[in-house]
Amino acid sequence: MTALRPLRHGAAPVETVARLVGSTPLVRLRRIGAELPGVRLYVKCEFMNPGGSVKDRPALRMIETALRDGRLGPGRTLVDSTSGNTGVAYAWICAALGVRCALVMPRNVSAARKRIAQAFGAELVFSDPLEGSDGAIRQVRELVAQEPDRWFYPDQYGNPENPRAHELGTAVEIAEALDGQVAAFVAGIGTSGTVMGTSRGLRALAPGVRCHAVEPAEPLHGLEGLKHMESSIVPAIYDEAELDGKISMPTAEGWAMAERLGREEGLRVGHSSGAAVAGALQVAERMAAAGERGNVVTVLPDRADRYFEPRRWDRRITW
Amino acid sequence: MPVTLRLPAVLAKAAGGKTVHEARGATVGEVVGDVAGRFPELGPRLRDAKGEPYPYVIFYLDDEDIRFQQGFATPVPDGAEIVVVPAIAGG
Ligand SMILES: Cc1ncc(COP(=O)(O)O)c(C=O)c1O
Repeated sequence: MTALRPLRHGAAPVETVARLVGSTPLVRLRRIGAELPGVRLYVKCEFMNPGGSVKDRPALRMIETALRDGRLGPGRTLVDSTSGNTGVAYAWICAALGVRCALVMPRNVSAARKRIAQAFGAELVFSDPLEGSDGAIRQVRELVAQEPDRWFYPDQYGNPENPRAHELGTAVEIAEALDGQVAAFVAGIGTSGTVMGTSRGLRALAPGVRCHAVEPAEPLHGLEGLKHMESSIVPAIYDEAELDGKISMPTAEGWAMAERLGREEGLRVGHSSGAAVAGALQVAERMAAAGERGNVVTVLPDRADRYFEPRRWDRRITW
Repeated sequence: MPVTLRLPAVLAKAAGGKTVHEARGATVGEVVGDVAGRFPELGPRLRDAKGEPYPYVIFYLDDEDIRFQQGFATPVPDGAEIVVVPAIAGG
């Protein structure tokens, strides 16, 4: 007689918190877009990742592939330019996997942001606030050029493992959740990893899917995490030709939709989530107007609580 | 004495290719208006239709956030420096 295994209620234990990245829930919106016949809007809740954002996926994959092929090891420190969600993701994953981590960020990043990264033991290097995120990119490239043996530079804007994390993760999860029935996919462009990788994966798993990127309409905008391509260093992983279209999103519209998501759907998400849903709604409206039916999927990169609240307390700029 | 307005690099294109501008004005709003008057594309990047600063653009007057003072009505001392910084960090 074989021994009876105890019944398990809930999940099995995992070896490290890093194994909890991904497998995020897909939620149907009940009010936003409800008036559109035959079109359903779904949102992928990336804020459910352990670090609170979509960036846990590419950060984990870039780090684990580098550990596996020896580009990252005991003698090296991970360094990249990021002040936002990727920085938080690198910092906690490095702590969990026992890797040293340094982040280059513009000095005007909120004190709260700096403290989050430091809480995970990351070392911070500051760049010129007026040069923005591109200034941080240039500074990290200089650091790496000076001491190439000291650093592992994942380069989230140029690393194919960034979109790959979405192709093998996000896209597969979406296709499985909807039994391959995905008419359209919409996502904001920061590094473009989410939109490029998920689109690639979905094209294989949900034939006929149309994929759209959402881009801020203004160069100085309030959609944190997104990049205005015309005024920025264009990420090497970005290839506009692979997409079916690009939606230009004014900050005000993204903000208004973020608020609506809170009030009408119970989702308190960041402004880039608002922009993504506003873009998805445009696609859904076009489909409905053309008499098409189907599921429109987008991504909610993070929660609202990361944003302006902490910034308000930084009365004096600390250069 | 004129004051200095420093813009973030992403706005250089809207401001004649320069990020550092000499300007005049008794308040932050007037200084911004002075420079925006020279570069028509710049104004709508810094102020909304009502002439107020966007919440995602922060103005520091000699290193102090004007939202904790009188906003665009904050008086500007001679030789002051106003720095415009995006409120957001990105990526
Ligand atoms: C809040 C937020 N939204 C959207 C994005 C864009 O994601 P991606 O870099 O995959 O294009 C990011 C990434 O930095 C982000 O932090």
